[in-house]
Amino acid sequence: MFYREAGDFKTSYVEDSQTFPIKFDRYRYYFVLVCAFAVVPFVINDYWVNAIFMPFLIYSIAAIGLNILVGYCGQVSLGTGGFMAVGAYGCYKLMTAFPDVSIFFHIIAAGGITALVGVLFGLPSLRIKGFYLAVATLAAQFFLVWLFNRVPWFYNYSASGQISAPERTIFGIEVTGANTEAWATYLFCLVFTVASAIVARNLTRGAQGRKWMAIRDMDIAAEIIGVDPLKAKLSAFAVSSFFVGISGALFFAVYLGAVEVGEAFGINKSFLVLFMVIIGGLGSIFGSFAGAAFLVLLPVLLKNVLVAGLGWPTDLAAHLEFMIVGALIIAFLIAEPHGLAQLWRVMKEKLRLWPFPH
Amino acid sequence: MLDATDEGYVTSDGRKIGDVLMEMKNITLRFGGVKAITDISFDIRQGEIRAIIGPNGAGKSSMLNVISGFYVPQEGEVWYKGQKRPQMKPFQVAQLGIARTFQNIALFEGMTVLDNVMTGRLNYMKTNLFQQALWKGKAEEEETKNREVVEKVIDFLEIQSIRKTPVSRLPYGLKKRVELARALAAEPSLLLLDEPMAGMNVEEKEDMSRFVLDVNDEFGTTIALIEHDMGVVMDLSDRVVVMDYGKKIGDGTPDEIRNNQAVIDAYLGVAHD
Repeated sequence: MFYREAGDFKTSYVEDSQTFPIKFDRYRYYFVLVCAFAVVPFVINDYWVNAIFMPFLIYSIAAIGLNILVGYCGQVSLGTGGFMAVGAYGCYKLMTAFPDVSIFFHIIAAGGITALVGVLFGLPSLRIKGFYLAVATLAAQFFLVWLFNRVPWFYNYSASGQISAPERTIFGIEVTGANTEAWATYLFCLVFTVASAIVARNLTRGAQGRKWMAIRDMDIAAEIIGVDPLKAKLSAFAVSSFFVGISGALFFAVYLGAVEVGEAFGINKSFLVLFMVIIGGLGSIFGSFAGAAFLVLLPVLLKNVLVAGLGWPTDLAAHLEFMIVGALIIAFLIAEPHGLAQLWRVMKEKLRLWPFPH
Repeated sequence: MLDATDEGYVTSDGRKIGDVLMEMKNITLRFGGVKAITDISFDIRQGEIRAIIGPNGAGKSSMLNVISGFYVPQEGEVWYKGQKRPQMKPFQVAQLGIARTFQNIALFEGMTVLDNVMTGRLNYMKTNLFQQALWKGKAEEEETKNREVVEKVIDFLEIQSIRKTPVSRLPYGLKKRVELARALAAEPSLLLLDEPMAGMNVEEKEDMSRFVLDVNDEFGTTIALIEHDMGVVMDLSDRVVVMDYGKKIGDGTPDEIRNNQAVIDAYLGVAHD
């Protein structure tokens, strides 16, 4: 009933290949966008932004980035935390070296730097595949964290070894530093998230996306139709790292404000983002959002239910939370190994006819 | 008997066959101590359907892999469009306009039929990453233009109804057809088919044969094919190369091959004294 395609004729190839071919889907997408930009900023407070919206938006960018590499191009990476650190430190160095340039450009440039580093660490992918590549990217993770810990130039020789974001403004409104408003940081991240999602969708639906997917599905056949595996794999590493770098820069500059590399960008972060991608659905932009939402919201939700709702002690709730999240992840993956995105797809198929079976 | 002149020849059904498109000169391919191909020479002419046949293990697929760049022969030269082809990677060969299908289907299982066929157009899609990231403008224009070509191929092979179906859901016979569609979408000047009818029933074979003939007829595509079904080979092809144990034992029209003693011996076996 909801997803009726009957009567929704496409008369051009452009119409046929749009992102949301079904009218209902399209309007819902516009509705969500309008809400996110025009309604949410007026109703949120600090708690909502810091506990829910900002981590969700920033992890979504990271998940989109990793999904391009793992889900679309089939190259497993465990270096996400390290690449986020590159974005964060790149952004920090740029912010302190060029205080007059807008932070908007710093964040994009930080993404660019991460892309270059990503290509460098993507080079082994030309020779090794699968688990072995995962191990190689693990090396990137540990090396990068070590580098930012040990070379004082990266943290501007500060005594604590931490980096902290100086105050920067966009159109006169502070987005980094101590005196930010909740709605401003939220909107700033939202712009990046929406732009990332649109760019990722555009790249994956066209020629470049098909090259990546061809390499993922069967690299020999990809070569025989004229895909240069070198270019395809390295471009996937570059684009993926670009998004991951942007998310790292936002994570440091806008969300945390001050960062110690081993804590914020350790191996845990790599796994967290990888889980988001797997739970959300490999090879799906929507899946990246769903996975990020799942892993960001679930702990918050559980904490609220257990502590505030049932009145349990905080430490008990904290431990149980781990177990419940873990069990839910396993349950979800058994029920639907292709992730939340696939569940959504199946539901849409059902909704096409519901509630009338014919 | 054909006139082996440089200008080509006319087939029995009146099609004009042109110049030499590809020539294999004294190809020898070894894997360690095993000689897969021994000193084989033959040519493929513009517009013809050229079959390579032989018993199992004769080196037919190896020959196709040499043409498409997967194997590099130890000796011999490959000439293409009148020029000696330097050593190339398979994707560079594809960019020269040589497309192929595989004996065991090599489709992209995670993609829809449409996307699979669209990959055949990748060599024609030249927009860069930034244009594609923007999508509106150049990238969309290019996508639409190539989609039109792809839709013609889809139309031609009668697979319109499965356009948006993921390839992994298709039955074997249709997968073979989609693979042919992907190769055709590249508008190749030379199309290599590795056992296009393997594992098909009679009807599917008839369909496939019709498509092969139509492709050759409508687009003038030169086709080289490997096939085990003798009936199909003899009906479809203009000239046939016969291989056995890596050596060439016959080359000529289907009629000549049928009466070639060496070929009969290879297929039926012969008493060794």
